[in-house]
Amino acid sequence: MSEREFDRTGPSQPVLLANARLVDPQERREFHGGLIIKDGLIAEIGAHLATVSSLDDMREKMRIIDCLGHVVAPGLVDLQAFVGEPGAEHRETLASASRAAAAGGVTTLVCRPDTHPVIDDPAIVDFVLRRARAASALRIHPSAALTKGLAGREMTEIGLLKEAGAVVFGDGHKSIMNSQLMRRALLYARDRDAIVSHFTQDETLAAEGVMNEGEFASRLGLSGVPKVAETLVLMRDLALVRLTGARYHAALISCAESLEAIRAAKSEGLRVTCAVSINHLTLNESDVGDYRTFFKLSPPLRSETDRRALVEGLSDGVIDAIVSDHDPQDVETKRQPFAESADGAIGLETMLAAGLRLVHSGEITLPCLLAALSSGPANAFRLPPANLVVGSCADLVVFDPDEPWIVDPSTLHSLCKNTPFDEARLQGRVLATLIGGEFVNAVASSLPGL
Amino acid sequence: MQLPLMNGGRSQYPYRHLLGIEGLSRSDIQALLDTAEDYVALSRQVEKKAATLRGRTQINLFFEPSTRTQSSFEIAGKRLGADVMNMSVSSSSVKKGETLLDTAATLNAMRPDIIIVRHHAAGAVNLLARKVDCSVVNAGDGAHEHPTQALLDALTIRRAKGRIEGLVVTICGDILHSRVARSNIICLAALGAFVRLVGPSTLLPSEVERFGVEVSPDMRTGLAGADIVMMLRLQRERMSGAFVPSIREYFRYFGLDREKLSFAKPDALVMHPGPMNRGVEIASDVADGTQSLVREQVEMGVAVRMAVLEALARHLPNE
Repeated sequence: MSEREFDRTGPSQPVLLANARLVDPQERREFHGGLIIKDGLIAEIGAHLATVSSLDDMREKMRIIDCLGHVVAPGLVDLQAFVGEPGAEHRETLASASRAAAAGGVTTLVCRPDTHPVIDDPAIVDFVLRRARAASALRIHPSAALTKGLAGREMTEIGLLKEAGAVVFGDGHKSIMNSQLMRRALLYARDRDAIVSHFTQDETLAAEGVMNEGEFASRLGLSGVPKVAETLVLMRDLALVRLTGARYHAALISCAESLEAIRAAKSEGLRVTCAVSINHLTLNESDVGDYRTFFKLSPPLRSETDRRALVEGLSDGVIDAIVSDHDPQDVETKRQPFAESADGAIGLETMLAAGLRLVHSGEITLPCLLAALSSGPANAFRLPPANLVVGSCADLVVFDPDEPWIVDPSTLHSLCKNTPFDEARLQGRVLATLIGGEFVNAVASSLPGL
Repeated sequence: MQLPLMNGGRSQYPYRHLLGIEGLSRSDIQALLDTAEDYVALSRQVEKKAATLRGRTQINLFFEPSTRTQSSFEIAGKRLGADVMNMSVSSSSVKKGETLLDTAATLNAMRPDIIIVRHHAAGAVNLLARKVDCSVVNAGDGAHEHPTQALLDALTIRRAKGRIEGLVVTICGDILHSRVARSNIICLAALGAFVRLVGPSTLLPSEVERFGVEVSPDMRTGLAGADIVMMLRLQRERMSGAFVPSIREYFRYFGLDREKLSFAKPDALVMHPGPMNRGVEIASDVADGTQSLVREQVEMGVAVRMAVLEALARHLPNE
C-alpha cells in the first residue's frame, strides 16, 4: 500500500451507527442505541437510534450502518508501541503500524522514544509528528526521552520537547539507575508540568536474566530476572515522587508486589498511574514452554499468581492502562537461542481480542476492559478524553465480542510476525475502526450499510 | 566576633570582622551604606585618596579565581591608603582543612591588618577568622555568603529607588549555588524589602521558603509587580543536563529578555552581580538597556568595600 496524505477534514455526509451496544467506559454506562457522526464528531447519541427500521426517514440525510447489536466503544488508546520510525523501518513503519492499529481498533497511540536517532530533540518530535500526519490516519503522539541519548546521564529539554508535542518523558525500555538524576528530572518535569513514564528494572539485578526468576527458569537452565529488580526501582521512584511532587507513570509493571506499591502510592494521594502489557495479563512464564522466543519479553512474563493479581488490579482500577507494548522484531533477531534472542512481541492487532479472553473467562467485565484500553490511558497521559459524549471526536471501534478466530500471523499487518498469539484461538473481532468519523478499517460486508 | 562597641550617638559597625550579613542588624547595615555614600562622592573626585588605612596591610587571599571582586577590594584598599597584596591560591593545589589553617598561620605571622578571603568551601572564611589576629572580610565562601555583594546591591537599590523598604525584589536563577542570593535574601529582608525567588526547582535550595521568601518556578508569576529584578549567573557546568537541560531551554524559561521583563513593573530595574552570560540568563539588550543597573553595581562595589574597610579599621589596635 502506498503512503498517502490523510485528509482529516473528510467528506461530511453524516453517518449513523444504529442498533449498537454502546459502551462508554469513561461515563461508566452501557445501553442499546445508536450515534450520529457529523464533521468528525459525535453529534447525537441515544436509545432512540437503536432500531434501524424506524429510521427510514433519515436515510436520505445520512448513511445508516446497522451494527447488528455489536459493541461500539471509544477507539483504543495505546500508551506504548514501537513504530519503527525513525531508524528501524525494516521492523515497522508508521504506515504498517497504522494498518495494524486500525485492524486492532486502536485509534491513538503513543510511540516510544528509543528510535534512531533517539527522540530527545524538539526537531525530532516535529519530524515524527509530520511523518505521522503524512503516513497515517492514526493519532500518533510521540513520547520523548527523559535523558539525552537514553544514556541516563543528562536530562533532556523537557520544556521544549513538550512544547514541540511530546506527551510524556521516559527512556523506553531503559531504566534510569542514577537516583540523583532521577530526582532532578522528576523535579524539573514537575516545574514544566510534564509526565515522567519510567520502565523500572534494576540493571544489576536483571543482569543477564532472560525470563522470570524461579523454578521454570531454573529447570530450563536460563538465568532469571527477579521481581525485586522491578519493585526496587519502582519503590525508589515512588519515594522520589513523594519528595518532588512529580506526575509519574510506571510504564510496565509485571508483578503483584509492584501493583501493591502503586496501590499504596495512589491511596496516599501521589500523582501516579501505571500500565501493564496485554501479554502480562493474558500469559505467564509457563508459556515460554520449550524456549519459545516469541514469549521472551521485558519485563519477563511472570507467574500465574502475578498474572491473576494484575487482572485484579485491573478490576479494582489500580491499573490505569493496558498497553500493547508492540515491539516488532524480525526473524533474525528472534530465531536465536532463547537467551540470545531479542525481547518483545507485536500486539496492536491482537490486544482487544486477547483482552476479551479475560471477559469471556469471567475475570473482568467488558466496561472494565474497555476503560483500561481507552478512557484510562487517555486520562493517564492527559490526551483528549475517550468517551461517547456529544461533541467528542468520533474515534470509535465497532467489534463483535464473541466471534471466534484463529490468529494467522501471515494475515497480520505488522511487518514483523513475532506474536505470542501465533495460532491462538481468540474470541472477538474488530469490524470497523473510525478516526475522526472516517473509516480507517472496515471488514467488508460484516455490517449492513458498511 | 567581638562584642559590639558603643560609640557616642552615631551608629557604627560594631564588629571586628565581616563574615556574613547574617547577624547584622538593620542599623549595622544602614551605617555601612551611609558611610559608603561618602565614598561614592570621593571616588568621583580627581583626588580619590583618603588616609584611613595609611600604614595598614591588606591581603587579598583568593582561593577561587576572581577578577572583579578582587580588583574592587584592591582599589578600595588603595584608595584608603593601605598597602594591598594579592595572593591567589589555585584551589586545585590546595587541600582543604589543614592547609587552609597552615596558610592562615603563615599569613598571620606577616602581621597583616585586614585579610579579604574568598574560598570555595562554605564556612572556610569563618574558620580562618578564628585563627588570625587581624580583621577578616568574607569575599565569598562557597554557596554560603558574599556580604559585600549584598551591601553593594542594597546601596545600588537605595540610590536608584530612594528606599528599600516595601520594594519587591525578585532574585532569579541558580539560587542553589549562589552565595550572592543568600546574602541578598538576608540583607534585603533586614531592610524591609519583599524578596521573591524564581528558578527551576532543581536550582532552589531545600525548604528555601522558610527563609521568608516567596518561591516560584515561573518568571511570569515571580516577576509580577517586581521593582527590582536581580539575575544570577548560571555556571556553564550546570547548564547541560545535570540541573537544567540546556542553555536554550534555560534561556527560554528563565533568561531575562524584554518580554519577561515586561511582567515586572514598568519602572523595574535590572541587576546582575556579574560576570554575565549573555544569552543564558540575560539578553544583551536588557543587560545594556536603560533599566539596567549593572554598571552602577560595579561602582557601588568599590564604595561599599571602602566603607567596610573603614568600619573594620576602627577596631584595629593602634599601638
